[in-house]
Order: sequence, then C-alpha cells, then structure tokens
Amino acid sequence: MSERPLSPHLTVYKFKYTLATSILNRLAGLVLSVGLLLLVYWLAAIAAGVRAYAQARELLSLGAFKFVYALLLAAFVYHLAAGLRHLVWDTGRGLSRASAQRSAWVIAVASLVATLILIYCLLRPGAYAP
Amino acid sequence: MSLRTPLARVLGRGSAKEGVHHWLLQRLSSVALVPLSIGFVVSLIALPALDYFTVVGWVRQPGTALGLILFILVGARHSQLGVRVVIEDYVHAAGVKMLALVLSNFAHVLIAATAVFAVLKVALGARP
Repeated sequence: MSERPLSPHLTVYKFKYTLATSILNRLAGLVLSVGLLLLVYWLAAIAAGVRAYAQARELLSLGAFKFVYALLLAAFVYHLAAGLRHLVWDTGRGLSRASAQRSAWVIAVASLVATLILIYCLLRPGAYAP
Repeated sequence: MSLRTPLARVLGRGSAKEGVHHWLLQRLSSVALVPLSIGFVVSLIALPALDYFTVVGWVRQPGTALGLILFILVGARHSQLGVRVVIEDYVHAAGVKMLALVLSNFAHVLIAATAVFAVLKVALGARP
C-alpha cells in the first residue's frame, strides 16, 4: 500500500498561465472556506444581541480587515468565474488548447474587473452609513 | 461478480466506487451556489447600513433568512468537499491525513449548524 504513485505531481509540469488558473482556483476556494468562518462569526454576533454585535463590529471594522474583505471578494469572483469555466468543460466544450488559453484570459480579465467593481460597491469609504 | 470485500478494494487496491458521488455533489453544489452566492453579495450591497437594527431587520426578512440558510448549507458542503480533495492531494502521511479530514468535517458541520441556528434565532426570535 505504501509507495504507490500519488497524483498530483506538481513538479513535473512546465509552468504556463493555464496552470496558474487551476492552482489559483484551488487557492481561491480555500480562501473562501476561511471566509465562511468570518460570515458565521458575523451571523453569530447578530444573534448574540446588540452588545455582542457592537463588539464584533468594532473588531470587524479594523483597518486590517479591509484587506481581508478585498481578498475575499477577489477570491469569490475568481472562484465563480473559474467554476463556471469548469462547468462548461464538464459538458465537453472548450477543452482544446487554444480554447482553454482563451478562456483563461477571459476569466482573469472578467474577475479583475468584477473585483474592482465589488470593492467599490462594498469597501469604498462611506459605502455604509455609520 | 467479485468476491472481494469493499474493504479489500479500498485498502490501496482500487476504487471504492464512491468517487462519482463526490464529483456529482461538487458540481451540483457549485451550480446551486451560482445564484445563492450572487444573491448574497447583491443583498449585502443593497444593505443601507451595518448597525445592529438594520442588520437584524435584514435577517428577519423571510427571503434573507431562507437565502442565508441555503447559502451556508450548500456553501459549507461545497467547501467540505473541496477542502477534502486538497487534503487528500497534499497530505500524504496516512495518520495526519485522516486527522485532517476528520477535523475538517467536524469544523464544517459546526460552521453550518452555528450559522443556521444564528439565522433562525434572529429570524424567529422576539423583535429586539
């Protein structure tokens, strides 16, 4: 049972941006899994009452969290775009090399634009009334 | 017909015939998460403020409460399936792998239960 060959073999592939889109999708998924913790903390704080929520809000409004939220938005948008690309692949379409390279650019540009829009909507100063 | 037990098959000697279920569930949950996650983000953007009473009023709307519960349940399941594959791919020591998988599963169930309880408490509890 030991010494069986185990995939994935990260070191044997030549690096290409299509490889980066795959690894980034995994990373984005992991980031979102951690983001789930933040969401649950926020929901639990709402349920815990007005004083607990005020405390949680103070913590969650710290400047460092702006960076975390921006990262979460980027991860969300990218994971969504790359996930839709995977669903298209599952139908057997878009699997040729040229097609996969084109869709890699499409999801990269689309998620960059969408991330900036979401950052503007949710994280700009004064996005929410105090 | 094979006389080998399922245990013999999975002990490093072949498939347990469970992979398709994992694959299908990952795809189905991802399809469901497209509208659920976009709806969640749009709903956040539409929130006018983040003070306690605004947020409680938001969660108390039936559509929000139902959307949050579905989003969390499907999202946690999707996350659990995804984290599982990452652990299986990169954690090779058998004992550590098993421990990591168990901890991840426990954590995801705890997260989902906590979130659902919180949403129901706010949505069905007394108005603050």
